[in-house]
Amino acid sequence: MAHVVPTVKMAGVATQASLESAPRIMRLVAECSRSRARAGELRLPHGTVATPVFMPVGTQATMKGITTEQLDALGCRICLGNTYHLGLRPGPELIQKANGLHGFMNWPHNLLTDSGGFQMVSLVSLSEVTEEGVRFRSPYDGSETLLSPEKSVQIQNALGSDIIMQLDDVVSSTVTGPRVEEAMYRSIRWLDRCIAAHQQPDKQNLFAIIQGGLDADLRATCLEEMTKRDVPGFAIGGLSGGESKSQFWRMVALSTSRLPKDKPRYLMGVGYATDLVVCVALGCDMFDCVFPTRTARFGSALVPTGNLQLRRKVFEKDFGPINPECTCPTCQKHSRAFLHALLHSDNTAALHHLTVHNIAYQLQLMSAVRTSIVEKRFPDFVRDFMGTMYGDPTLCPTWATDALASVGITLG
Amino acid sequence: IVCWQSVSVWSVAGRMEMTVSKFMAIQQALQPDWFQCLSDGEVSCKEAASIKRVRKSVDRSLLFLDNCLRLQEESEVLQKSVIIGVIEGGDVMEERLRSARETAKRPVGGFLLDGFQGNPTTLETRLCLLSSVTAELPEDKPRLISGIGRPDEVLKCIERGVDLFESFFPYQVTERGGALTFSFDYQLNTEEILLQQNGTQEEIKCVDQIKKMEITGCNQEITSFEINLKEKMYQEDFNPLVRGCSCYCCKNHTRAYIHHLLVTNELLAGVLLMMHNFEHYFGFFHSIREALKNDKLAQLKELIHRQAS
Repeated sequence: MAHVVPTVKMAGVATQASLESAPRIMRLVAECSRSRARAGELRLPHGTVATPVFMPVGTQATMKGITTEQLDALGCRICLGNTYHLGLRPGPELIQKANGLHGFMNWPHNLLTDSGGFQMVSLVSLSEVTEEGVRFRSPYDGSETLLSPEKSVQIQNALGSDIIMQLDDVVSSTVTGPRVEEAMYRSIRWLDRCIAAHQQPDKQNLFAIIQGGLDADLRATCLEEMTKRDVPGFAIGGLSGGESKSQFWRMVALSTSRLPKDKPRYLMGVGYATDLVVCVALGCDMFDCVFPTRTARFGSALVPTGNLQLRRKVFEKDFGPINPECTCPTCQKHSRAFLHALLHSDNTAALHHLTVHNIAYQLQLMSAVRTSIVEKRFPDFVRDFMGTMYGDPTLCPTWATDALASVGITLG
Repeated sequence: IVCWQSVSVWSVAGRMEMTVSKFMAIQQALQPDWFQCLSDGEVSCKEAASIKRVRKSVDRSLLFLDNCLRLQEESEVLQKSVIIGVIEGGDVMEERLRSARETAKRPVGGFLLDGFQGNPTTLETRLCLLSSVTAELPEDKPRLISGIGRPDEVLKCIERGVDLFESFFPYQVTERGGALTFSFDYQLNTEEILLQQNGTQEEIKCVDQIKKMEITGCNQEITSFEINLKEKMYQEDFNPLVRGCSCYCCKNHTRAYIHHLLVTNELLAGVLLMMHNFEHYFGFFHSIREALKNDKLAQLKELIHRQAS
């Protein structure tokens, strides 16, 4: 059932009354009594999504070689599209003619589009930031585009995704100094501009993105300001770059401690299994990352003990599946030996099989996490997970041990 | 490189000299239902082979066949597998006939006609050869041909007694971003056919003109049996590849989407196009079988030839 988010008629600050009365898209189903982990349900226009959730990334209106039918069969109910890329090719006008991104790629479930902000960092040599917006030089024909908060929202309105992201001023997490502060305050101003420009708040949920880099004070300020705005959800941005894991988790924990409980928390760019489990413990609900799909295309299969580099000779005669416990079509039908042989041939078949498996791995992991929260055994799940991944829970990386300890979960 | 003992093949692992025993050892491991016998097909790769060389290709192939048959008899594992004899002989009628007659004397399960692949003009010149060869072969054993894939060429070979076709044609179409759209429904009238392929009447008139103008020129092998989804004209075409086609791609996606996938170099383009091209091509062969059963091959042939550029 589609959920209606009320129109925001004024930019910026909402009153206390409207904050309390604003409908919520997130319904909490269970909470861990020790850590900050939660299990919930997101009510979105294209269906319900169980959280915690991992969202695979289908940048250019496609999930790298696999069909929407395959993705649906894996249980995926929300995935990502990229505003910057789609804005260039094929462009918002065409997508609008095709009945939005859903119609264009024929995806019946939910879509989340990011704003194009991340490309400011990843394509930094092609971009220039001002108060107006981000000026990009197209790598395809050298032409310039200005991506302003208004333009980003306009494109996302045309795409028709269920969750849209504000345009934020993103700086790499390794940047220090006044630029970080400037970016944080600008992101708040850009949030207000996005809210004002948003034409379809009843059909699309605009999320804010908390910035502030690795500076606790800046993050706290950003949290305080942005939570005054009546948005349906919050993302934690500016992390998952080159920062140390020790700084990373502290910023995540700080953010979740100040974000409202009844709205979803989307941690952007996080996808390694350990990071997912720890950040669920810290109170995050939604995640996205290109890692599983990207690593598949390098011949790497994700397993509970890490990953298998299937190109290696050791798998030449290994006739078992990637993971006997995995229910994905690849593990049901094919052996490691077969995939190994395919990886050494001149066609792309193995990449498709591995993409299917790796997405299945991530989704199955999240599902298992969720079940453990609902069944009130999340801390035990975490210990088992770390034990399998690192041989012994106590061999888990220090940052993860510290992060878990901070929310009441001890390992070993 | 072929000699009396072996045929050399090159793979990722380097050169391998394929002797009869090595070849048969591989067959024992693979346990195929049918397998094409080792043969000397080198003359079809050479420009102008001498009569002597052509004669050798026939002799060697028969020697390989006899040796393979002997090894098969000795192998328990291969009792259920069927050997397909290979007809060689280049472009020399006398040698082709000799190869056919001699191979037919052996206990093979079928015949593969090697050396007929090439470009459209070379097939034309070999059609007479083809008829003569199949005339020498028993009626009750299948005739296979490799490297022939274009619909018009397929029909010509069928008329001359060929039963099975092995080729890369649908795959090659996919690789160049093409979708097979030719009609094989000889029951429909002309208008209905064009509607199925291209949409409205107005579009039909434009299609041909634009096609001639915008072909990028990098791929001269494009046939008239397909459309090139990379062309700009498909950018906003929300029709399926072929109206009425029941493949996954046509049931779920549009030409505009495929165009986008090709322009952005996405892997899914090939996946979707291959699904369509197989379904379409298999549909073509189904229509051939139906036409033969109902004695309508002439109509099908006429329809296909109208679409050949």
